[in-house]
Amino acid sequence: MEPHTIIARRIAKELSPGMLVNLGIGIPTQVANFLPAGMHVFFQSENGLIGTGSVPEEGMAHPTLTDASGRPVMALPGASTFDSAMSFGLIRGGHLDLTVLGGLQVDQSGKLANWTIPNKMVPGMGGAMDLVSGAKRVIVAMQHTAKGASKIVKKCTLPITSTRPVDLLVTELAVIAFRDGQAILLETGPGISTAQVVAATDAELVTPGNVAEMSL
Amino acid sequence: MGAGAHVDMQTISLDQSVRMIPDGASLMIGGFLGVGTPERIIDEIVRQNRHDLTVIANDTATLDKGIGKLVRAKLLRKAIVSHIGLNAETQRQMMAGELEVELVPQGTLIERIRAGGHGLGGILTQTGIGTSVENGKQRVEVAGKPYLLEVALRADFALVQAFIADYLGNLGYALTARNFNPVIAMAAGTVIASADNIVPVGVMSPDHVVTPAPVVDYLVANA
Repeated sequence: MEPHTIIARRIAKELSPGMLVNLGIGIPTQVANFLPAGMHVFFQSENGLIGTGSVPEEGMAHPTLTDASGRPVMALPGASTFDSAMSFGLIRGGHLDLTVLGGLQVDQSGKLANWTIPNKMVPGMGGAMDLVSGAKRVIVAMQHTAKGASKIVKKCTLPITSTRPVDLLVTELAVIAFRDGQAILLETGPGISTAQVVAATDAELVTPGNVAEMSL
Repeated sequence: MGAGAHVDMQTISLDQSVRMIPDGASLMIGGFLGVGTPERIIDEIVRQNRHDLTVIANDTATLDKGIGKLVRAKLLRKAIVSHIGLNAETQRQMMAGELEVELVPQGTLIERIRAGGHGLGGILTQTGIGTSVENGKQRVEVAGKPYLLEVALRADFALVQAFIADYLGNLGYALTARNFNPVIAMAAGTVIASADNIVPVGVMSPDHVVTPAPVVDYLVANA
């Protein structure tokens, strides 16, 4: 299974009916593809939509119905639209149950860096800082390593997105929770041992006696 | 005033709308990656070569769309935005020192604009605390929690794109083309609106008016 698919499928298990969820671009967007059939979740796009659906068929796109990457989407029955102040009121005001975001680095205390590589990549933070600071639960979806180097580090070297620690990190190798400043290994990826996760990780991991393998 | 005696707004031509905007002006412009941006006003700004502009908006769109066209024509002095990731030219001009870019978290940006339009000096938010966004800003503690003081934003002009307008200037919006539009319509000295459809007064249901007519100064005529 592709790393992205492992990550998206595992995160889909964290969603439950009726939740209001914001998915970031990249791997997080794929989470919606792995929900159990018939489960109703409210997906928010921060450009002002709740009830975000999938990509419309060829020829069915509407220029004023787009997601937060500006791409055409469908709106599900029961959808609502609103302005950007309302959209971020939902995010900061304790109304958003879950956000799933990509990451450049996560450190062992759970701090996330995902918005800039100074002097190299300066896209701007968009809604990321509000999402990490404001959502009730934050899950990071990212590959465990980049060019062989661990993206889970002792301390972020890139500018952080928020001082608020994320709740859960899912990679193709591991599920890691952050509690009281510690990174705790909860699950390993399919066919991966705890020792392999520890070897691929720069951050110090707390490894309980029996770590389960991800169930997908 | 008796029934039927409306104070109809004078619509203006596209050419006139941009002639009002001087070089060096600050503009709030609606749109999210070009969706909900008054594209024909943008094109007219480029045609009339208004320059040294400050733009306050969500993003700078892409090279060939919306605010991206102003960037490409090098008409901006400063951009106060949350995202420039899909416009490599904005990033290039910023790194080359040709364009000043102030990056603001999206929720903070829209609230600063809202504050500017609602008579508030600013807002308190936890977003950005302990990050580079905090640099130079005041922390305020409320009920034991730290917040950043983010000051209000206003502009000389707001360029608003609506789905529907009546001849009084009441505005309604379409789906995700709403985004910053109703918020910026409250926060500028002069509000210029463009609408896909202009209808007679009375056609819009009061419940469907999102921006009430008195805040709109000019409506650009449809050709």
